[in-house]
Amino acid sequence: MPKEPIRILLADDDEDDRLFFKEAFDEIKLNTSVSLVNDGVELMNYLTMDGNQLPHILFLDLNMPRKTGIDCLLEIKQLAHLKDIAIVIYSTSASDIDIEETFVQGANVYIKKPSEFSSLKKILEQVITINWQYQTSGLDRDNYMLSL
Amino acid sequence: MKLYLKFDTNIAFKQIMLEQLNKLQIPFTIVGFAEIEINDYVTSEGMAELSENLSQYGIEVVETQKSILVQKIKDTIIEMVNSEERLPTSNSAYLTGKLKQRYGYLSLVFSEVTFTSIENFILLQKTERAKHLISTNEPTFTEIAYMLNYSSVAYFSNQFKSITGITPSAFQRIINKRREMSKKKE
Repeated sequence: MPKEPIRILLADDDEDDRLFFKEAFDEIKLNTSVSLVNDGVELMNYLTMDGNQLPHILFLDLNMPRKTGIDCLLEIKQLAHLKDIAIVIYSTSASDIDIEETFVQGANVYIKKPSEFSSLKKILEQVITINWQYQTSGLDRDNYMLSL
Repeated sequence: MKLYLKFDTNIAFKQIMLEQLNKLQIPFTIVGFAEIEINDYVTSEGMAELSENLSQYGIEVVETQKSILVQKIKDTIIEMVNSEERLPTSNSAYLTGKLKQRYGYLSLVFSEVTFTSIENFILLQKTERAKHLISTNEPTFTEIAYMLNYSSVAYFSNQFKSITGITPSAFQRIINKRREMSKKKE
């Protein structure tokens, strides 16, 4: 695992979900630093502003007001400077068709939001560990797809 | 007054290593050029102190022996999974044969350094190879299952799905749709 903290960014309009998420990371024994934004517009502003440190991993809720997760995903995929960010869709939706569609549009990981805290911790740990493999073991990023 | 000097870096290097390792009471043998065998367990604080002391002389500790072994294990596994032939029937026999170490020792070191197991790493590599083969749209899933030494297509599909969360067919659909999309953009 890296010495530099892994930068995580979550875009989610639900305050409880944001808190749940942050607390889970606080309890995981991995070296991470977590930032939160409240919706898609804030997210895209953050990602396109000069000088902002880009996250290694972006967790993106699908159902957000002002700008949906899918719209953000489509925009991000158009921007060359964002191409190395691993994109994790973090959503309540569980339809296989929706899931496949987000992968087609370029997402790397799809997580169905768990209701239990311990499940969330496990899943997040898994994502970070596998993501680290993709960053260090020369695995093919074009094939980076994981549905949890 | 000027002094003209001649020196042998090798001798200087050996002397520095002797002094520094003796200072920290670390038993060692000089094995080869720039290679030292440490004959005892050294704590990470001890290693950090040694590294710092040596860096004063411009000597850098490149990696611990364990990290190097782990890299060799990974390289051997990647070679094993990606060779043209069918995967070997016994992963452990293959590894012990190539690396000349007991499998128990290899397992222990691997888990210690990577926080995951050799078996997990092999599974991940096999899945990556499967993804690559699927994306070429050439071999059938049956052929892929055979190449990767799965006893059946069903077993291969199940394991693929348990590792990635999606089926091999879904994966193939997604890759092909992505390609169609980028073609349209051109």
